[in-house]
Amino acid sequence: MGRVRPQIAPWWRSVLGILAGRGFQALVVALVVGIVSFIMMQALPGDASYRIAAGRYGYDMMDAASAEIVRLELGLDRPWWMQLSTWLGELATFDLGRSHVYGSRVVDEVAKQLNYSLLLAGGAVVASLVIAIPVGIAAGMRPGGKIDHVSLALSIFLRAIPAFALGIVLVLVFAVQLGLMPVAGFRGLQHLVLPSLTLGLGLAAVSSRVVRDAVAEAMSAEWRLFSRTKGLTARRTVVSHVLRNASLPVVAYVGVQGAYLIEGVVIVETVFAWPGIGHSLVHAIFGRDVAMVQGTALALGLIYVGLNLVIDLVCRLIDPRSA
Amino acid sequence: MRYFYAATILAALALSSPALSRDGNSVTIASPWEVASADPAISGFVIQKLQIMENLVDADVEGILRPGLATQWSVSADGLTWTFTLRENVIFHDGSEFNAINAAAALNRSFEQPGVLSKAPISSIGPGDGVVVFELEHAFASLPALLAHATTVIPAPGAVDAEGVPSALIGTGPFQVTEFSPPQALELVRFDSYWGKAPAIESASYLAAGRAETRALLAESGDADLVFTLDPSGFSRLADVPEVETVAVPIPRVLTLKVNASHPFLDDPQARQALSLAIDRAGIATAITRFPEGAATQLFPPVLSDWHDESLDPLESDPAAARALLMDLGWREGEDKILVRDGQRFTLELRTFPDRPELPLIAAALQDQWRAIGIDLTVNVSNYSIIPEGHKDGTLEVALYARNYALTPDPIGTLLQDFGTGGGDWGAMGWDNKAVAEALDRIASTADQAQRSEAVSVVSRSLQSELPVIPIIWYQHTAAIAEGLQNVIIDPLQRSYGLSDIAWAE
Repeated sequence: MGRVRPQIAPWWRSVLGILAGRGFQALVVALVVGIVSFIMMQALPGDASYRIAAGRYGYDMMDAASAEIVRLELGLDRPWWMQLSTWLGELATFDLGRSHVYGSRVVDEVAKQLNYSLLLAGGAVVASLVIAIPVGIAAGMRPGGKIDHVSLALSIFLRAIPAFALGIVLVLVFAVQLGLMPVAGFRGLQHLVLPSLTLGLGLAAVSSRVVRDAVAEAMSAEWRLFSRTKGLTARRTVVSHVLRNASLPVVAYVGVQGAYLIEGVVIVETVFAWPGIGHSLVHAIFGRDVAMVQGTALALGLIYVGLNLVIDLVCRLIDPRSA
Repeated sequence: MRYFYAATILAALALSSPALSRDGNSVTIASPWEVASADPAISGFVIQKLQIMENLVDADVEGILRPGLATQWSVSADGLTWTFTLRENVIFHDGSEFNAINAAAALNRSFEQPGVLSKAPISSIGPGDGVVVFELEHAFASLPALLAHATTVIPAPGAVDAEGVPSALIGTGPFQVTEFSPPQALELVRFDSYWGKAPAIESASYLAAGRAETRALLAESGDADLVFTLDPSGFSRLADVPEVETVAVPIPRVLTLKVNASHPFLDDPQARQALSLAIDRAGIATAITRFPEGAATQLFPPVLSDWHDESLDPLESDPAAARALLMDLGWREGEDKILVRDGQRFTLELRTFPDRPELPLIAAALQDQWRAIGIDLTVNVSNYSIIPEGHKDGTLEVALYARNYALTPDPIGTLLQDFGTGGGDWGAMGWDNKAVAEALDRIASTADQAQRSEAVSVVSRSLQSELPVIPIIWYQHTAAIAEGLQNVIIDPLQRSYGLSDIAWAE
């Protein structure tokens, strides 16, 4: 993206370049995420077989005997490098193995949870854009104005408050006091509103500032003055020049927000009892379900790569010069 | 653009309205327990509480056994053969017939998994003509109690896939599953062909919400009608909400200290009594768990009526007496106020884990209270596996955890593990008391009430005077009940949510 090669390479070549680059990245991410999450799980104190036994048979049933059964069944007594190489070998055949606690196939579990998480992430991005774009544009049109100041203060506040606390405040207001929304769980689209808003507000806190900066910069650019001089109305100028130029950093920033989103999903899903991948990752870590941790971390890593790929392609579409 | 916003807001409002409507004859339950699997060995506790599957033997809230899928049971004179007569004309939710063959198959599977049955002296489980027959290795009187446990519920033959792995929630209970979204939600409807009394409510929803804050909000907003296991702050806040009634029921779960009785500092019962006397149970019960009546006076709480002994001298708090006992054992105050004997400082390591949020807090309180009598306690909060590991390799000094003494209506199985010969991972360590082990064996093998009571008394007296584990707090099971919900029974044995009995007020 950084290279400047003025309009020589044809479209498809640059797209193929992006695909190849991100494909390679995906491979590296898969290996690194799998290995690092395995090592981190190994580094946790205590014996994983007890955790897994408790996850399977309940805390009250867990003792040295049931832990021993788990250890033998899952081969946890083997040296760590043997366990890791088994996982890598299975990964090469696209097999993520089975959950240590529930015995179900990791790929099935991840696929099921991913749907819920993508729904939530999608809801959050929509909520954030619905908030950030108008607020950012309004603030950016008049930098230093009242809207700019108020939105800055709000954005600092919303970014500083943890998603966990924000979620509970939203539930208290919209579910408990006003009775408009359900508190938690997932039984229909109305359950999507509050968790999306919780994540979306956190995202909008920063992206509204990015929109504001981009709009402010575009508004003061010389080409804007030129377009006004050549006779375009203020409205036309904003729609066809300012917004296009301003959208580039905004779209690129959505990619950066992917990281916030993945982190936020883990917390928000727990608060809202949302049956997604973040919630399952937390449970898998507590339950020492290494296969599930590796599988979910892998899925999250690959989604991040995929998201960046989409962002690259969209940026190229908005700004053909960068090809 | 403006229209787009208007449309978004309208859509949001339109989506939100169904949340308000509540089906008049439905109940929503929220609890922390997830249902991630259809396997009774893993999810049996929720499957049983929601009355999806049933046991051969049932129990009332006092732990008295009563017929379930078995109408009666008997044991041979030598105590080695148990025969359970099965209820007739019972069908599973999928229409298949409940019979001796599928009951025996389900129980054999349960026997092969780690669980209560696998610890019983069973040599075989086989089907007979309308009966299931258990052959035992030696007499074991509390077998029926094990058959009331959550992991011994009977799933339908069709609940298992081709590989023999449980794959669906099909049982004989008064409620059948219409939608299973593991691990968080279950939708149930009344099973019209149920053999017993038909429930008053038509349907129920179950939501697993892991965070206590979320559960309290579910109760407060009315999204859930019956919410279980509240944290102290949520419980006290809900007490002020008029639409919700909060209840706390004592349960047979006890927060105890496991003490290594072979440790040179702790091998004298007097030393363990000193540790116990130094604990301010009332303070812990008031400030941390917030149920002052939960301060333990002996190991077995009153709810375990067979085992709770009113005649025992209650455990008390008396730091001065504790110090006197230790002085008696040759300990003297050192320069830094910590006791010293033969050049050794009185230091101990306490192991606990953070899964129950109150454990590290109570560990910190103990650290403070024991320091007052001159004991330097280090608290090690880690994975709970460090407790059984330390038991095994002998490095454990003291450990703090919660133990459930009513896994089955009769706690004898758990007590045999904990206080039988050699002690147990979650019981005595380095403490072998022949009289107690013999009394426990006698309780396990006899059905004679007089003999049993006498043996129980031996056990509870020895545990009180010797303190192989030091009881601190008796737990409460907390729940929030929506206004208008009637006949709610909070089961101290946590075997049932009582769905089949509850009803909405007219």
